[in-house]
Amino acid sequence: MTPIALEGIEPFAPVAADGVLATPWLLLLLPAAGALLLLLTGRRSDGWGPYLATGLCGGAFVWALVLFAALRGEADRSVDVALWSWVPVGGFQVDLGLLLDPLSMVFVLLITGVGTLIHVYSLGYMAHDPRKRQFFAYLNLFVAAMLLLVLGDSYLALYVGWEGVGLASYLLISFYYDRHSAATAAKKAFIANRVGDVGLSLAIMVMFATLGATTFTEVFGAAEEGGLSTGAATAIGLLLLLGACGKSGQFPLHTWLPDAMEGPTPVSALIHAATMVTAGVYLIARSTPLYELAETAALVVSIIGVITLVIGCVIGCAYDDIKKVLAYSTVSQIGYMFLAVGIPGAAAVAILHLVTHGFFKACMFLSAGSVMHGMDDQVDMRRFGALRKEMPVTFACMTAGYLAIVGFPFLSGFYSKDLIIEVAFDQRGARGWIMGTTALVAAGVTAFYMTRLMLMTFFGRRRWTAGVHPHESPASMTGPMVLLAVGAVAGGFLLTRGDAFLEWLTPVLGTEGEVDHLIEPVVVSLLTVVMLVLGAGTAYLLYGRRAVPMSPPVAVSPFTTAARNNLYLDALNEAVLMRPGQYLTRALVFFDRRGIDGAVSGLAAGVGGGSSRLRRVQTGFVRSYALSVFGGATLVLAALVVARAGV
Amino acid sequence: MPVDIESVPVAYSAILPMLLVLGAAAVGVLVEAFVPAARRRVAQVVVALAGLVGGLVAVVALAGEPDRLVVGDAIAIDGPTLFLQGTLCLLGIGAVLLLSESSLDSSGGDIVSSAAALPGTREDLRLAESQGVQTEVYPLAMFALGGMLLFPASNNLILMFIALEVLSLPLYLMAGLARRRRLLSQEAAVKYFLLGAFSSAFFLYGVALLYGYAGTVDLGGVREATLLAQDDDLLLYLGLAMLAVGLLFKVGAVPFQAWTPDVYQGSPTAVTALMASATKVAGFGALLRVLYVGVAEVRWDWRPALWAVAILTMVAGALLAVTQTDVKRMLAYSSVAHTGFLLVGVVTLDTDGLAGTLFYLLTYGFTTIAAFAVVTMVRDSAGEATHLSSWAGLGRRSPLLAGTFALLLFALAGIPLTSGFTAKFAVFQPALDDALPLVVVGVVASAVTAFFYARVVVLMFFTDPAPDGPSVAVPSGFTTAAIALGAAVTVVAGVVPQPLLDLAQSAALFTR
Repeated sequence: MTPIALEGIEPFAPVAADGVLATPWLLLLLPAAGALLLLLTGRRSDGWGPYLATGLCGGAFVWALVLFAALRGEADRSVDVALWSWVPVGGFQVDLGLLLDPLSMVFVLLITGVGTLIHVYSLGYMAHDPRKRQFFAYLNLFVAAMLLLVLGDSYLALYVGWEGVGLASYLLISFYYDRHSAATAAKKAFIANRVGDVGLSLAIMVMFATLGATTFTEVFGAAEEGGLSTGAATAIGLLLLLGACGKSGQFPLHTWLPDAMEGPTPVSALIHAATMVTAGVYLIARSTPLYELAETAALVVSIIGVITLVIGCVIGCAYDDIKKVLAYSTVSQIGYMFLAVGIPGAAAVAILHLVTHGFFKACMFLSAGSVMHGMDDQVDMRRFGALRKEMPVTFACMTAGYLAIVGFPFLSGFYSKDLIIEVAFDQRGARGWIMGTTALVAAGVTAFYMTRLMLMTFFGRRRWTAGVHPHESPASMTGPMVLLAVGAVAGGFLLTRGDAFLEWLTPVLGTEGEVDHLIEPVVVSLLTVVMLVLGAGTAYLLYGRRAVPMSPPVAVSPFTTAARNNLYLDALNEAVLMRPGQYLTRALVFFDRRGIDGAVSGLAAGVGGGSSRLRRVQTGFVRSYALSVFGGATLVLAALVVARAGV
Repeated sequence: MPVDIESVPVAYSAILPMLLVLGAAAVGVLVEAFVPAARRRVAQVVVALAGLVGGLVAVVALAGEPDRLVVGDAIAIDGPTLFLQGTLCLLGIGAVLLLSESSLDSSGGDIVSSAAALPGTREDLRLAESQGVQTEVYPLAMFALGGMLLFPASNNLILMFIALEVLSLPLYLMAGLARRRRLLSQEAAVKYFLLGAFSSAFFLYGVALLYGYAGTVDLGGVREATLLAQDDDLLLYLGLAMLAVGLLFKVGAVPFQAWTPDVYQGSPTAVTALMASATKVAGFGALLRVLYVGVAEVRWDWRPALWAVAILTMVAGALLAVTQTDVKRMLAYSSVAHTGFLLVGVVTLDTDGLAGTLFYLLTYGFTTIAAFAVVTMVRDSAGEATHLSSWAGLGRRSPLLAGTFALLLFALAGIPLTSGFTAKFAVFQPALDDALPLVVVGVVASAVTAFFYARVVVLMFFTDPAPDGPSVAVPSGFTTAAIALGAAVTVVAGVVPQPLLDLAQSAALFTR
């Protein structure tokens, strides 16, 4: 097979930044300073801390806009800022620099923009939480780490950010650490991510071993000039994919993501929907020059994406927990992104979906949080119903998000998801048919479970628990929701005008160029609308026309049971990863106690014994010290004389 | 017959750093004589700091000028001289700051008010209550520092011997000035004096033999003599060996290290800090000059012996530190181990090794000063609480102090992102090519040293504090400044070492 030639992609050669463009470090500094300040000042900043954190995140957003304007005016839209060079001696060198190019710019705007909105929302949502300050410190920490992840100009810097967001995610999932389920979920997220991180760190080590470098410039330069064999590129590509699967909740490591909903809802919206979980997509899109060399690895990315998108939407149909449904929908939507990012030339499409998804999913999560806020933190949709009159703004925002995610014509999901289904079909042969059809059908299933969510929450009759008085949320919460809803409605339309967004990314990600379509785009659009109508109609028949029972039905098909049990994938992970892991741990502990500890203790005892014996020489008598000086002098003399005689 | 003695032209500007420091010492003596006792201490601190800052400024001003030999070729003004003199001035400032601390000890400082009282006598008992301080310690320290500035600059063995004595004699006295535990302090002073005199004799005998060999005491002359192949070079090796003994004694290499733990423990901690940092810098400077300038051409004959000393020093220093229970003794043995690591850089005998050694000396000096400064702050009713058991749980009581000490210990252990790592890297890396066994021993010994440093960290942070444990005294700005200076250099030279490495690299050339 001949390697795919991407059109429009430019050689990876960032130029040194000057002027305003040399200041992306300010983006990192603002939230990092906020996190540090809030954590160090302790209770003193309980009052003003959250506002400061929000202001700093907003400041980062404003600065991102300034940088965006400056970058648009540049001819070279890829600039590098060397920050720090840690050079002990000679050949060993660790540099840290920031890379600002169209791809990282998109992420910076998304992270700081959505991040700021969610900070504002949290001011209302967390208003009565005694540990509000800590919450905002962690949020700022997350924003700083995430910005480092997308701005770092080497895999090593990316890795630091990668671990940073992992830490922030862990801290925030377990924010209510006195709840057993939250603590367990955080641990699960941490361990699943660890499995992925092994992949990422191994990929970096392979790069270092084969190329002696981890900076994007050197790695991609080697890839473009043929300095990297296909085998090595494939190995790196697959290892990076493992890392991406862990962070982005892709099969088979996706099981942590739904559990992560134990964290406060703003966290679910920001970290586990809009930004952090898309880091895997960023990683793979960033590594486009590597995947150009490794077609097999790219194909595996797409396959993982297809598997995940199916799993996500199937399980999404089975849950009654509103946040879990949204979480599985996130898993499924990121599956779409993986599908696209694995197809040569379609990475920009994946990023487009990533951005629109960032808007509509954050909007839906915040709306769900608003519902929970009015319903005493309940999440069971069987206890909701008829909320549209009680919470009109929330209902309107959720509807906007809903219409966007199911791909209602001319809303943002319509543009981005359609494009993904289109490029899936555009692959030649059976691959195109299988992936395209699956993506198309999954769009119908998405419409089904999302319609189900809407119907069970906002329509039907009241199934509220006694004593719950639903009410609309305060303006600090509805404001960000409305803004995100506007984004969800208009984002896709605005971004795809004149293909502006895709062309912005072309120098980094390339396009597949002109292709003759397997199915005409118009037909694909029509088909998706048909699937949407089918899915939504089925949901209406099942949940809109009939009354929703207060407790989940027991006599259900084996299919539903399987879906309710996460398709037994938790069990699979336990059998494949956890049990062998535990056995390995036990074996290692045994080996460690008997073998290594024995050796270490023996060595330590030896050192200690030697030390005690040597210590006896130190008698404290000056005469014996003088003797040792004399003896030493004699030895040095003898050594020199012998050495001379020997020559 | 009348003898014509030509007067040697003196380039005063070139030796200005030494003149300023020794001048400040002389002024200090006058201050002792003429300034009223109440104001003496302030005056002494001002004079000493002014001398050292002036010396530092003079060094910086000299830095741009070409390398040369001055005062009849007796003093070399070159890269290593200026780098080490600058380092010594900075370390001297740190040490003077520590000497000036007056709020830690209830009685006004770590320095005794009258060192001459016999231990155990009534006068001695009265001293414990006395508020006075023997302010002669400032001129003494300045004389010692003046000698140290001259020591690595001496291109003439007789001058080098004089510098050695000028730096040593005040130190012998200062070792005996501790306010608490007088007997231990006086014992330290006597031991240091006796053994120092012993080793000076070796040094001087070595000079005599080398004169017998080369017919001159100029290092350049010795070098020229080694270039002419001679049969009767036994004198050279005998002389070199004895000279080396004197120098290795000063830097505390095994088997000439026996004095270090006793003297470090007995001396006032501020004086220990001066000895552990500045004396080591000066001693290594002189050793480097003798080896690089004088006998580099016959390196194949003396390198094996120095290898052996380096290995012995690293191993014995690291091993002995493991079982120490007194923090000052532990730091003393650790300083022995570090002498070994430095010797690895010395035997490399090329520009990279020299630059690495210079860098190591600077960073080690600052870390050491700060570490001993921390020791002065942990006190109980009997003065400094130096027994390790009383440091248990310090991290809970005083997290900032314990954290700083942990940072310094990590630097001494050579953990990355501290200056210690960069310094070890800088001396081991050039040695990889032709002294691999030394590097292997060095890395293993580093691992052993890491054990006892980490043990102190564990003790401070993960052990319950003793109920009647020591308290952390609140220092005045002097000690705080010294610790801040040391810790800052430790961090900066670990995180962004490049400018300093570049400076050491550009200084790493001896003039002949």
